[in-house]
Amino acid sequence: MLTTEQIKHIANLARLELTTEEEEKYGQQLSAVLNYVDKLSEVNTDKVSITSQTGGLINAWREDEVKPWSEEEVQSALAQGETSGGQVKVKRVL
Amino acid sequence: MELNRLNIAEARLKLDSGEITARELTEACLEQIAATNERLNAVLTLCAETARFEADEADKRLKAGERLPLLGIPYLCKDNIMAKGIRVTASSKILEDYIAPYDATVIKKLKAAGAILLGKTNLDEFAHGASTENSAYGTTHNPWDLSRVPGGSSGGSGAAVAADLCVFALGSDTGGSIRCPAAFCGIVGYKSAYGAVSRSGLLSMTSSTDVIGPLTKSVADAATVYNVIAGFDELDATTYQGERAIEINSDVKGLRIGLPKEYFAEGLDPKIKESIDKVKDELEKAGATFGEVSLPYTDYGIPVYYILTPSEVSSNLARFDGIAWGFKAQEAKDLQEFYKKSRGQGFGPEAKRRIMLGTFALSAGYFDAYYKKAQAVRTLICQDFENAFKEFDLLLTPTAPHPAFKIGEKGNDPLEMYLEDIYVTGASLAGLQAISIPTGLMEKDGVKLPMAGQLIAPRNSENKLFKAAMLWEDKIKINKTNFI
Repeated sequence: MLTTEQIKHIANLARLELTTEEEEKYGQQLSAVLNYVDKLSEVNTDKVSITSQTGGLINAWREDEVKPWSEEEVQSALAQGETSGGQVKVKRVL
Repeated sequence: MELNRLNIAEARLKLDSGEITARELTEACLEQIAATNERLNAVLTLCAETARFEADEADKRLKAGERLPLLGIPYLCKDNIMAKGIRVTASSKILEDYIAPYDATVIKKLKAAGAILLGKTNLDEFAHGASTENSAYGTTHNPWDLSRVPGGSSGGSGAAVAADLCVFALGSDTGGSIRCPAAFCGIVGYKSAYGAVSRSGLLSMTSSTDVIGPLTKSVADAATVYNVIAGFDELDATTYQGERAIEINSDVKGLRIGLPKEYFAEGLDPKIKESIDKVKDELEKAGATFGEVSLPYTDYGIPVYYILTPSEVSSNLARFDGIAWGFKAQEAKDLQEFYKKSRGQGFGPEAKRRIMLGTFALSAGYFDAYYKKAQAVRTLICQDFENAFKEFDLLLTPTAPHPAFKIGEKGNDPLEMYLEDIYVTGASLAGLQAISIPTGLMEKDGVKLPMAGQLIAPRNSENKLFKAAMLWEDKIKINKTNFI
């Protein structure tokens, strides 16, 4: 069972602001899911390698080169946020 | 004749012979959307004007003698795939006003092929779900019974194809999200092998299993769409040039088909089991051979999936920080608070749960116990399938344990919803191709509901898969009532 402290810690790591009700509800729900996935501990995987991809591709190399992209599309992407002098504007960090 | 009811093959003949125009076909679909979408909530964004323009362009090409498989065919697209200039929401509030700056590779290919984009369809927020109830824009309703879910997460696409709002639709399948709505809505849904279709322009969910694919009115249509959208793409390094479904016939002589016993165990509705037995009989009569096979790690599919998926989700959704696009919270005093408020207010409950679960599974001290453990068990699941495919060309299974359930029935327990994916996660985790096809109708609470089965095949065996699928469809048809 995850404690409220743990839920707060996870929410902080995930940069999510949660209400007190959400903390409580997700705490219970996540604990239930974690109990269920604990089923995996039944499986002995001592000598089993991990699978991170199934594509069968190995070393899909390509040249590290900048390719041109439509300027109109670039501008349309930038226009979705606040910009200043062609740069994305961010909040003050310090 | 209501033209919107045509499938691709039927519309193709009429368009090529000049009997109908792409504009007429498009108008018929737009009329059906106008007449039914209020009840279905399948379409989130309608592109009527651009669709009419594209239809007229297609008619010019047809008149000039051009012949292409999808030229002049109107379709709908799940709203987690980008189409330039059109809003793409992923059914999330966090992307409510986001306009796609470029085309996904699949959209680019369909444009070049002359297909006509009618609009964007509803889904579970960021494709997290099996019912479309997790959409921030309301649930989609199943056209067979409006009080039931259409399945998910491509539920808008499933309902739209079943109710003839379009000729075909695109969906995405991460752990069953094409096959589940296809099953619940009585249509065909095809998840190609991982990497066969480019993911460029798909809003990432679980990058190691995400696949784009068609939801269609027939098996041949699924092959037609797949052949157009598949292939290597330099914008997606996981793509490969695989086999296309070219030999579209139903010659199944000599095909060896396995029945994984774990997929027919407790929990499967006996009527669905019976309907799959009939599919087996038909395939056997036509010359396929059957045998039982065991996939001993089947029961671990859902636990593996619900570690890997939230982990990859938490990483992929980290890009939504409110800075360069998307929902921005007001009144934050510093950057940290701005992130937390924007994400806390922008994401819906299931997205938040998955982000939390994934963040936990990937956090210091838990990574080995959860993420690495799940990746190791994933290896055993892949090996189960590899062993089965030494003996068999294809596997036949149910798609879902029961027909479409009632809206709200599984509302409060996320785990219960996760268990919906029991027969569909395996093929996703192992990167295999799988197709869901109707097996019949069952009577439930006074309504007729579709049942479905699934064929699973290894990569580069598209022709074998589609031969068996064609025979299945030839022999077992469901009669769609004019339900809406």
